[in-house]
Amino acid sequence: MELNVSDLTVTRGGIKVLEDVSFAVKAGEALVLRGPNGIGKTTLLRTVAGLQPALRGEVSLDREQMAYAGHADGIKAPLSVTENLEFWAAVFGTGSIAPALQAFDLEALAARPAGALSAGQKRRLGLARMVVTGRPVWVMDEPTVSLDTSAVQLFAEAVRAHLAGGGLALLATHIDLGLAEARVLDVGPFKAKPPALEDFDGAFL
Amino acid sequence: MSSIWEYANPKKFIATTDRLLPWVSALALGLMVLGLVWGFFFTPDDFRQGSTVKIIYIHVPSAMMAINAWAMMLVASLVWIVRRHHVSALAARAAAPIGAVMTVIALATGAIWGQPMWGTWWEWDPRLTSFLILFLFYLGYIALWSAIEDDDTAADLTSILCLVGSVFALLSRYAVNFWNQGLHQGASVLRAGALAGDTEERVSNVFATPLFISMAGFLMLFIALVFLRTQTEIRARRMRALLARERMQ
Amino acid sequence: MIALLMRDLKLAIRAGGGFGLGLAFFLIVVVLVPFGVGPNSGLLSKIAPGVLWLGALLACLLSLDRIFALDWEDGSLDLLATAPLPLEAIVSVKALAHWLTTGLPLVLAAPVFAILLNLPTAGYGPLVLSLLIGTPALSVIGTFGAALTVGLKRGGLLLSLLVLPLYVPTLIFGAEMARRSIEGLNAQTSLLMLAGITCAVIALLPFASAAVLRVNLR
Repeated sequence: MELNVSDLTVTRGGIKVLEDVSFAVKAGEALVLRGPNGIGKTTLLRTVAGLQPALRGEVSLDREQMAYAGHADGIKAPLSVTENLEFWAAVFGTGSIAPALQAFDLEALAARPAGALSAGQKRRLGLARMVVTGRPVWVMDEPTVSLDTSAVQLFAEAVRAHLAGGGLALLATHIDLGLAEARVLDVGPFKAKPPALEDFDGAFL
Repeated sequence: MSSIWEYANPKKFIATTDRLLPWVSALALGLMVLGLVWGFFFTPDDFRQGSTVKIIYIHVPSAMMAINAWAMMLVASLVWIVRRHHVSALAARAAAPIGAVMTVIALATGAIWGQPMWGTWWEWDPRLTSFLILFLFYLGYIALWSAIEDDDTAADLTSILCLVGSVFALLSRYAVNFWNQGLHQGASVLRAGALAGDTEERVSNVFATPLFISMAGFLMLFIALVFLRTQTEIRARRMRALLARERMQ
Repeated sequence: MIALLMRDLKLAIRAGGGFGLGLAFFLIVVVLVPFGVGPNSGLLSKIAPGVLWLGALLACLLSLDRIFALDWEDGSLDLLATAPLPLEAIVSVKALAHWLTTGLPLVLAAPVFAILLNLPTAGYGPLVLSLLIGTPALSVIGTFGAALTVGLKRGGLLLSLLVLPLYVPTLIFGAEMARRSIEGLNAQTSLLMLAGITCAVIALLPFASAAVLRVNLR
């Protein structure tokens, strides 16, 4: 399994943000995207995950292989931690949620309503959801926000286990996770140049 | 090269419509003045309806354009969905307020006409009700356009709303017909064109010619306004695009 | 799909506002009408089917914006969109959950509230039947409206403006069916039209809703 992204051009609000992005991630590898705020990392990740169409270019794997975690955790406050995870396990058709609970040290919190969790605990639950999906490609946008150092370690362990199991990961993060398998890609050079004014729809863009 | 889709280029559209606009506007003005003056002053009074019948020269053309404007929006929306030409989406956006105003004119003139004829300003007659519902559809469509900031998203959503709305508008028309059989006479204009209208239910020939001129005038007026408003929309969109472009640098 | 349905039902029950709010609103509408038109029981029984239909419709409208807005805010919708379920199925399940939590309770409550409005005895059966057939259409059409306005901050008012005109045919045939049955007229046409509309929107509208949702997600 290999994720090949070739000449991908992504848009936000009809404006090109990143142009001709190409990279490849093999099974067992992680790629960390770097770049200043607003450069379009989120847009790139959403496009790779198939949530929005690309203007040009190709992503070799289809969205059925990917699990996406954005800024929001997708947690329902009235449901317990177990119920939240069980729901996603049922939707993605995977079995037990025990490994996910264990990976993010949530066992003690399993029966607690998700609404009663702290921000960091919620984040851990959101990340545990990725384990539950059973998808080989993890696409994650700022996964370490509001995690403390020990939780970041947990997360790094989980990613490592995922990679060891033949998965691959695409992350946008500023924190060094200490992953030996991770390569870093600076998306800065892909910043889109303003389009020529003489295009077909040149009067617009 | 000379495909009709070339005009979907915003620059080409503006250049072409700039040249056409004076002619279309002049034609609209001429036909409307001719049709309305002829209709108001040089046709006999109807033997039953008296001079009130003359409001027909505004009522019927505006009612016709109210429906045709929606039809035009439907076609433009389909073009946007299939071919993704921005001008098409903007033309649909431009036509909506015109159609809404035409609907209001048709409803208002209908009320003014209905008062002396039926003795009431408003009757829940199928045709009147359908127009009121059509007006609501226009309002929703316009509101959706103005509520969404991203142009392409707005174009996509309003196009789908226009398609779904068209089906429901037709459905409402039949539902309303079923709900109440009304006072309004059937659409008699086209029959008048085909036959020499001599029975009293038909709009007879004396009235028909100025009516057709007036309808052509309203059509030209609609085209001129759509051209003008589409140009405005294109320029507004270009302005936003240039601002965004500046932010990129 | 069943998991999604169960989750939505669970959320509606636990968070409150699902079953309760719609019903309470329906009751309030029914109570307010006599204050508005006067306590003449003859008049009330004449307008009862229409008022009950209108009340059910408005109560339905009240909870529409919750169909997608909550899932949108907390990011679940992104995940559902990447899940191995087609978006059309998700939309249909959402509509079903809305009907079960809002439409069905309204149908069951309608005969009780009908007492307040002096609905003639002959009207109970047709009224409940028309609501039972018609309210699923309200939920499905409402889901389309909710999908249209999901990304908007002040979508609630716009949602009503978009959805209410789409409710016209359902309201007409539904109320007409109840009214005609009471007056002893032939109500079969309205019944068939109502059922036809419901079947058609259930079959076709989820495609439009899913398309709209895809646009809103990007």
